Amino acid sequence: MSYIGIIITYVFISNFILTQFLGMCPFIGVSKNVESAVGMGFAVTFVMGLASLVTWAIQYYVLVPFNIVFLQTITFILVIAALVQFVEMVIQKIAPPLYKALGIYLPLITTNCAVLGIALISVRSSYNAIESFIAGISGGLGFLLAILIMSTIREKLDSEDVPKVFRNIPIAFVTAGLMAMAFMAFDKVLLKNLIG
Amino acid sequence: MFNTILYAFISVSLLGAFFGLGLAIAARYLYVKKDQKLTDLEEALPGYNCGACGYAGCAAYAVAILNGEAEDIALCAAGGAESVQKIADIMDLTVDVSSEKKVAFVHCRGGKDTAKYAFEYNGITDCNAAYSMFQGNKVCKYGCLGLGSCIKVCPVDAISNDKDGLVVVDKEKCISCELCVKVCPSGVMKMIPYTADYVVACNSKDKGAVTRKACTVGCIGCKICEKKSPEGGFKVENFLSAIDYSANGERKNGADACPTKCIVSTDKIAKIILKKAV
Repeated sequence: MSYIGIIITYVFISNFILTQFLGMCPFIGVSKNVESAVGMGFAVTFVMGLASLVTWAIQYYVLVPFNIVFLQTITFILVIAALVQFVEMVIQKIAPPLYKALGIYLPLITTNCAVLGIALISVRSSYNAIESFIAGISGGLGFLLAILIMSTIREKLDSEDVPKVFRNIPIAFVTAGLMAMAFMAFDKVLLKNLIG
Repeated sequence: MFNTILYAFISVSLLGAFFGLGLAIAARYLYVKKDQKLTDLEEALPGYNCGACGYAGCAAYAVAILNGEAEDIALCAAGGAESVQKIADIMDLTVDVSSEKKVAFVHCRGGKDTAKYAFEYNGITDCNAAYSMFQGNKVCKYGCLGLGSCIKVCPVDAISNDKDGLVVVDKEKCISCELCVKVCPSGVMKMIPYTADYVVACNSKDKGAVTRKACTVGCIGCKICEKKSPEGGFKVENFLSAIDYSANGERKNGADACPTKCIVSTDKIAKIILKKAV
């Protein structure tokens, strides 16, 4: 599969949030304003790209040669946790306002199943190193796209006359459902027509 | 078999050690100095994270105090005078901490056997939901709906249901955060001083005759309490007696004389809670 195919697959067709429903917690939690949503999106993209590269290396240089592939989940989680800690420190150092805006959701990327998801999916699809990295980045970009759309809609919703019982979280869930339906328009047929 | 165990052990340990070391080095280079005052402030606050101060949590309030963004250092109701004093010491401010501790109290005793119900409510167990439907299922529109929205918001579990289908607040546990006051749709939850001996347990501003039809323990505004305990601070307004707690006179005579027995002693409420605990 070409690189473009991978990008289109993970940004649109198997979008982590809207098609595979992975990593919903920050998607609802940090989508209240565009600025922090974009910050979160890039943090997740960074972690996913790096994590899929590192987990690829661990899979093929440690787990497979020693025949201990059953340790996949625990080692991948270890990698992701360490990476998130690292990203947290970097963000706290270079962008304190973003660190404050992301709050508890930043360390929670550790348990964001989208990150573990991309690592496991890359391995299962037997991608090579570059393909895994691209899959990771595009998975993150898909997350960024979804959370950006969501936060823009939610900012608009703030000024709308939403019925009282639907305000805040309930209307956000309804919005997420509608967005997921819209993303069903992207499927494998589209990919075939686009790149053959 | 043994090799697998060995490899698994070694590789996971090495990976763990590698990442641990990497993070330790990164932590050293990316260290952000934390203000000692901020740590002290966080310790001075009680750490319930109830949000009554208007900030996201105790840590957020501490930051606001430190940056001078907080309009007042006495916003923490839960910490009370003690934590305000500590904050003042840390920030080198002088503060008057004489204000009295307040606790929440449900100003309604009209339960299953005493209050009349207009219809049967079968909706979700939430006072605000019930209140949006004809202001609740009681004939009296001022009383406690007993569905326990306050129980859910209370950060310290001080509120519980009683056998009459009402709720009671344990004043020993109450941290005066006023979250229950904010969530209550009928406004029956109000703050009283911790030391209060008697409370007018009614919130009905209807005329006496109307109240009497809706509930047998409602205040009908007869003003007998005003006459029997003139020093007690009783004041009837809108057909509802209220106690001014700055008056220190006796209130027992007024309470005993109340024809509907809606003036209850806080000891009696404490006994209800004690009985539940046993």
